[in-house]
Amino acid sequence: MAKQLVQGNEACVEAAIAAGVSFFAGYPITPSTEIAEKMAEKLPAKGKVFIQMEDEIASMAAIIGASLTGAKSMTATSGPGFSLMQENIGYAAMTEVPVVVVNVQRGGPSTGTPTLPSQGDMMQARWGTHGDHPVIALAPSSVQETYDLTFEAFNLSEKYMVPVVLLMDEIVGHMREGIELYKPEKIIDRRKPVQSPEEYLPYQTDDSLIPALAPFGQGYRYHVTGLIHDETGFPSNSPKVIEGLVERINKKIDKHADEIITYNSFDVDDADVVLLAYGSPVRSARQVQQAARQEGLKVGLVQMITVWPFPHKVLSQLYRQTEATFIVPELSLGQLADELSKSVPREKILRVNRNDGSLITPAQLDAVVREAVR
Amino acid sequence: MNYKNYLRWNKLPHIWCPGCGHGIVLGAFLRAVAQRELNKDDVAVVSGIGCSSRAAGYVDFNTLHTAHGRAIPFATGIKLSRPDMKVIVLTGDGDATAIGGNHFIHAARRNLDLTVIVFNNNIYGMTSGQFSPMTPHINFATTAPHGNFDYPFDLVELAKGAGATYVARGAAAYPRQLEKAIGQGLDHEGFSVIEAMSQCPTYYGRKNKMGTAEQMLKWQKENATVSSNPGEKIPLGVFVQVERPEYTKLTGQFIDSVSGGK
Amino acid sequence: MSGRFQVEIDPAYCKACRLCIQVCPKKVLAQRADGKAIVENPDDCIGCQLCEWHCPDFAITIKGEKKNG
Repeated sequence: MAKQLVQGNEACVEAAIAAGVSFFAGYPITPSTEIAEKMAEKLPAKGKVFIQMEDEIASMAAIIGASLTGAKSMTATSGPGFSLMQENIGYAAMTEVPVVVVNVQRGGPSTGTPTLPSQGDMMQARWGTHGDHPVIALAPSSVQETYDLTFEAFNLSEKYMVPVVLLMDEIVGHMREGIELYKPEKIIDRRKPVQSPEEYLPYQTDDSLIPALAPFGQGYRYHVTGLIHDETGFPSNSPKVIEGLVERINKKIDKHADEIITYNSFDVDDADVVLLAYGSPVRSARQVQQAARQEGLKVGLVQMITVWPFPHKVLSQLYRQTEATFIVPELSLGQLADELSKSVPREKILRVNRNDGSLITPAQLDAVVREAVR
Repeated sequence: MNYKNYLRWNKLPHIWCPGCGHGIVLGAFLRAVAQRELNKDDVAVVSGIGCSSRAAGYVDFNTLHTAHGRAIPFATGIKLSRPDMKVIVLTGDGDATAIGGNHFIHAARRNLDLTVIVFNNNIYGMTSGQFSPMTPHINFATTAPHGNFDYPFDLVELAKGAGATYVARGAAAYPRQLEKAIGQGLDHEGFSVIEAMSQCPTYYGRKNKMGTAEQMLKWQKENATVSSNPGEKIPLGVFVQVERPEYTKLTGQFIDSVSGGK
Repeated sequence: MSGRFQVEIDPAYCKACRLCIQVCPKKVLAQRADGKAIVENPDDCIGCQLCEWHCPDFAITIKGEKKNG
């Protein structure tokens, strides 16, 4: 397939359309705005809906409403807008309505640096909304991966009935690369109820722990609420129901973590030093890692594709196997390194942080790698 | 169909206090629905948070009890994806005009075909009696122990100014008129707002020494009027009923023109 | 002799708010010991349905020939 020169944000739009997105609601914000612009241009031509809402809270609410009718729905934003979306991301997690939320990260806190990259929203993607809740977050490091992972985001959200965050960053969003705009092989649609409307309980699940929510307006009348609810969908204060629901919606993801989590590892088996990165820092990390190997240095790389759920199992196993030193380049003050310290001892983690709006350069990383292998 | 068949009887009695006007408003709404013989499967009822928003749980439609103030944007997503469905928002004065005020004016501006019934009890009842943007000036509330010095919204004027194409006010004390006002709102194609005055004897009434539910209803009856010459009284009736292209229709036409009807 | 209209009150739903008693123009309704509404003068009911429409709890049903829908 011939490659085309595409911007990261555009690749996201192309993939979403190929995945069957039929509803987009959003609000302009740098550096994600091109996603809304392209959606506005392309969706109506496909007979689909684009709406520019009054803010990000409303955008998030609108995509949940649309998804409840069965429409594959999506929004895109950046840090400040992502903050506003948290309320209804929690609602989607609680009510198990599939949606895709793209966050093209910029520097924070607050309005921060609108045009510069950052990875400061990693923890917000996981814990931004209140309460114990499930979420899946994926992070591309290239335009092609943005295309690939946008499909994956829709598939995972439909399969697990959960909000999925595509955690891009300004570099990945604004960069142009030659990519293949292929047709996705596998498109997953949410399960349909097997019971008749009379017997239907919206939040009854089988061993998968995943409910089959019927689209609104198709004869299955039920109630959806952000309050703790039982299998019928109606509110309950029963301790058993509270515990059962909160555990199930979280276990729904934990139980399938091995299927959900994807990563790329390069030369890690005999590594003395393992670089761990996601998003745009992967690009420098890969270059440094390959150069080091050519010199005979035992340096490996793990590129996280799935940021949440976090690949603790993979990383703790890798540490036990190699006892390697982990070098963590990231565009934040250590959100990734801190999380890693749950599975790798703190003293075995070297942090390479950058929060001045610039990328971590290969030279910056190379110096740390050489120090570590010495 | 009998309007009571639209209730989820296994969820009743409801949580509202004795004498609360919300049940009266809900009844008027359901009678308006029954007169139009709306098919339960074709209706979505969306609510926010607060006493009024609990109404969604009691009615046998596709029901969505959302986050505080957000009923309208959730309803927007439903309506745009399923323009054939009747989408109704049940909300309160605080839900619709404070935390949800921005969504309210923008849906009005778009003239999206939603029927929005604002249960106005002039107070936050669910959190036990704080003042709302529709609590009258110098009335009392738990967060206005010395009297509320904020000035309230006039919802009719707010809706009108924002571009709503159907705006009416009714009251629990005039249930027949309220039912008609809601019914005309359901018939209207476009953003329809019905303010429904409702008594809260537990908080608003008690804080403002308005007496029992009976006395509050009597106050409503005496201080609101369906007359076209209301004088100093609160006017009830239909204040705006105009035709303007409806949003899902516009979206549909736009999609057809851009996509060539694909 | 029973009147043209039957007033049915379901005590399971009545919350004893007295609104029906107040709005009835014919004093058909009264309060029983526990405060809930009862039908005291059924024959006087004129079928106006004000009690039913003002009942916040869906506890009242007027049956019989109706003036209004």
